[in-house]
Order: sequence, then structure tokens, then C-alpha cells
Amino acid sequence: MSHPETRMKTDVLRPPFVSETLDVERIRKDFPILSRRVHGNPLIYLDSAATSQKPQAVIDALSQYYSEYNANVHRGLHTLSEEATAQFEFARKRVAEWVGGVGLDELIYTKGTTESINLVAATWGEQNIQKGDRIVLSRMEHHANLIPWLRLAEKSGAEIGYIEHHSDGTLDMDSAASVIDERTKLVALTHVSNVLGTVNPVKEVVALARRFGAVILVDGAQAIPHFSVDIPALGVDFYAFSAHKMLGPTGVGFLFGRRELLESMPPYQAGGEMIRLVTYEKATWADLPQKFEAGTPNIADVIAFGSALDYLEQLGMDSVRAHDKMLVGKTLDAFRDMEWVTVYGPDNPELHVGAVSFDVEGIHPHDLSQFLDSKGVAIRAGHHCAQPLVKSLGMGSVSRASYYIYNTLEEVDTLIDSLVEARKYFVG
Amino acid sequence: MLEKEHDLGELYREIILDHYRSPRGQKEITDPDIVNEGQNPVCGDEIEMKVRMKGDIVDDLGIHCAGCAISVASGSMLSEIAKGKSIPELKKIAAAIKAMLTGGEVDKEIDLGELSDVEVLEGVRQFPVRVKCALLAWVTLIEGLERYENGQSGSEAATTDDRSAVD
Repeated sequence: MSHPETRMKTDVLRPPFVSETLDVERIRKDFPILSRRVHGNPLIYLDSAATSQKPQAVIDALSQYYSEYNANVHRGLHTLSEEATAQFEFARKRVAEWVGGVGLDELIYTKGTTESINLVAATWGEQNIQKGDRIVLSRMEHHANLIPWLRLAEKSGAEIGYIEHHSDGTLDMDSAASVIDERTKLVALTHVSNVLGTVNPVKEVVALARRFGAVILVDGAQAIPHFSVDIPALGVDFYAFSAHKMLGPTGVGFLFGRRELLESMPPYQAGGEMIRLVTYEKATWADLPQKFEAGTPNIADVIAFGSALDYLEQLGMDSVRAHDKMLVGKTLDAFRDMEWVTVYGPDNPELHVGAVSFDVEGIHPHDLSQFLDSKGVAIRAGHHCAQPLVKSLGMGSVSRASYYIYNTLEEVDTLIDSLVEARKYFVG
Repeated sequence: MLEKEHDLGELYREIILDHYRSPRGQKEITDPDIVNEGQNPVCGDEIEMKVRMKGDIVDDLGIHCAGCAISVASGSMLSEIAKGKSIPELKKIAAAIKAMLTGGEVDKEIDLGELSDVEVLEGVRQFPVRVKCALLAWVTLIEGLERYENGQSGSEAATTDDRSAVD
């Protein structure tokens, strides 16, 4: 059997890449879906914040698994099972290194960021949050990092405190300092907002939380795809993220949790894999990370996520971020000059990552995205799983364009031109 | 991959855009008998409707719709249709419109061609995601009328998840 490391490397891209941003022409050739046409037009996919497209290497990794070594993990002694297990655990090791070198036992496989956060709420949360405690959130959270805490608060009698943000979408640190108080047991914060694109100052918020011994959980779903995140350096207790927003398949995510915390938490789901000894009367739990990984995991997709990381590694996350900054910057520049466009989130591309949400005066986001779709341009319209935030912007829904490594400056031009056309169509 | 038939011009016909740009029926109603709100939570359309009744006939109504072009246009057309009609008539019309949009059985008694410009909404059929937008105003109206019939008044939010209101 070939060594896991050799099997997983992709040789599609050859380093070194000297360009500060990315060779997008070359990258696009690796993404088969980008040659699709939509209503007779080339696909211009500006919805990567919802999910990213996948390079051939990731698609191949899925097929390769099922064609060559599919077997259940952690259970069998036969060759296929050993190979599958080795690849699965190698992928976990890749992810652990990717986020700054966390312990393998501190990285729980889940089916996504939403499940990761629900896991913490249902185990650590239920165990530790009581009536009179405070859970602190920002007002820019995705429903996945809002609703589990609303439920927990209702169940336990705890209260929710909110950190305000400024009109440009940046976090109000005075508000944070005042709302995180001695009652606060948990601070749950998004690293990057999927609506505003704001990058939050996690380390500073961690410091505020530590004044009162509060635990801090970070939703990194929109962060890890766009820049290097060193979880140990951040000093957080829990960090959640998904594969599918960073070239990986859907159905895979991870939860980082500090070892002491994970060890103290009861299991989330119960079943196979997460046990040590079982009788008809009781069961004992497996060690970390298996304690929180009941049932057969999404084996092929975890392995394919490893391929996605290989792909990103060859590009270099600094270049990935530089490219995003360029596209976001160009969009913000263009929108600034369009008096009938309102942009949400920071005006500075240094502080604004991935997603640009906006409103076109006189055109409802639903109509705008329908119009753009007829031109092959895919944006998203709606509340983006952040109903209260969108409502606080004074809107029922907003439009959002979000970029990734395969988008081009020309595509930004087409977006802008299409908005001008749409304005003529609907407003006259 | 087969692409389904798609002609944006069928969805946004000139008459619909006209209703969107200049929606009819946006007036205040003093002493309304019915006040009802509706929402399309998926895309953020919101509608508020006030109706003054004379017996079981709509005497006057005012609509304020904040939402996509389809929902605003549909509300505007409704305001032209509803005045002077009875509750049973309006229920039939709502059902006929729903049938037109979802390909259901059409009531032969109702000729939608005679009712304002509502026939032009037929293009929405090609865009199933937008059917809820077109029906929001009607769902909201019928729910309000039914509550009035049952001797209630006051507002509650209808959403386009309530299929029973237009059956």
C-alpha cells in the first residue's frame, strides 16, 4: 500500500508561484463546473460563501476512495479497512496541522460548522450554563451560532447579551468590554461575518472573556477558507469550521475543543465508535476524539477534504487572501461610485473578507438575483441565515456577491455591468 | 444537462413592471374592518392590508407591499380586482389564480382575462420559486376575509406557508 502522503498529493499545480495573487487562468482549468453555461451565458459563480466549487483533485479523491479502498474505518482488521482508516486519520492530521497544530484528540470530525456548534451547546452548554448566567454573542451571528444559544438560554434560564457593532460592520469593543461581565460563562463569536464580511478581532475578545473565566467559541466557517488561522495562537476554547466552503465536499466539518473541556463533556450522539466497553446495562466511552464521533463518518469526504487542503497549500493562503482582497477591493471601489448601491460591512478590504452584501435602490434582491441569473451570474439574495442582522440593516433581504480563488476581475466587471442593466430594466 | 424553459421576459412582462413601478391601491383606510399582514420569509416580501367591508362585499382596501416586483405587482392587481367583490367571489378568484400559477384545475366560471391584468402573472409558472411571491397578497387577503367571516378582527401574520387559505 502506498504511503498516505504520496497518495494524497495532487500534482496538478507545481510550485513555486511567485505572483502575489493567483494565476486564476490556470486555477479555473482545474474546476470542471466553470465551463458550464447558464441560460446561454458562461457561469459566473459569485456565491462561494454559500458553498465553494471543487477542483478535479477533490472530485477524483472521492471517486478514488470508492473505487479503490472503500471500507469502514476503525473497525476492521482487513487491508481495505486499514487503508481507509489510515487515509481518514491522515486527513485529520492534515487538518490539525492546517489550523496551527492542534492535538489529534482535540479535533472532532462533525458534519459541519452547524453540527459543531450544536455539539458544544448540547454537551458543554447544558452541563455548564445555568439560570442567571450570561451567554454573549455578537449581533452579526449566522443562525448556526445564534439559535443553539437561544434554545440553551430558554432551557436553562440564562440570558443572552449582545456585543454591538458600528455602522461599518466592525465590532464595537467598548460594547464588548461592557457586555462581557462576571455573569458571562460563554462568548460565542463569528470570526468572519457571512453577511458583512467583517473580520472580528478574536484575540481581543478572548482577552475580555478571560477576565471572567468565560469560555469562548468561535465560528470560523467564513474565516478558514480565506486566510491562515492559528487556533492555539488565538487562545480560544472551541473553534468550528466546514470543508465545503474551502474546496472540500459538503457534509464535513470539524470542531476544535481544548482537551480539558472535551474530556469533561458528556458525549453528543451515542452509538458505535464512541464506546469502549458495552454491556446490556451500561457503556463506557472511547477516548478523544472518538468519544464525539458516533457512527460511520463521512469517510470519503473527509479524505477528499485533505485533497482540498493540498490544493490550497500549493496556492498559499497569503496569495488566497491577497486575491480575495483584490476582488473585494475592486467591488467596494465600484460600488462606492454607484449612488444607487448601498454596501454593508467595512469599506476597507483589509477588514472585509469574501462576501460583499449590498442593496440596489429600486430593485428587490429577489428580482436582482433573478435578473443576474438570466445572465449567468450567481449571487445570493435573502437573509443569509442571519434574519435579525439583515433586519437591523433596515432590510427584509439583501443581495450578496462572494468570491473565491477562481473568480476574476473581469467577473467583477460583469457583475457591475449587470447591475447597471438591471437598474434600467426595473427602474427605467 | 437539460435546462428548463426560461424566458425572463415572461416573468417580468411590461405590465408587471408597470404595476411594480406604480403600484395601485396604496392608500390609507380609515376604520378598517380587517387588518392583516403577510410575509414571504424566504425572500423577505412583506405586505400589510386594510379592508373596509360592507356586509360581505369589499368596500375599499389599501395595500402596502414591500417586496419583490412580483409580490408588489400582484398586490397592486389585487387592489384593482377586490373592490366591490363579495367574499365568496374573491375566494374563487384566489383559487383560480393559484390554479393558474401551479397548473391546478381551473374553475371555468372565472375568466381571469377579465380581471385587471392578473393574467400576465401566468409567466410566473416558469419560475416556481416565485409562485409564493405572486400569491402572497391573495393569501393575506383570503386569510383576513375568513377571519372576518368567523367574527374575528385584528391582525396576525399570514405567511405563504399557509396553503389552506387559498384552496
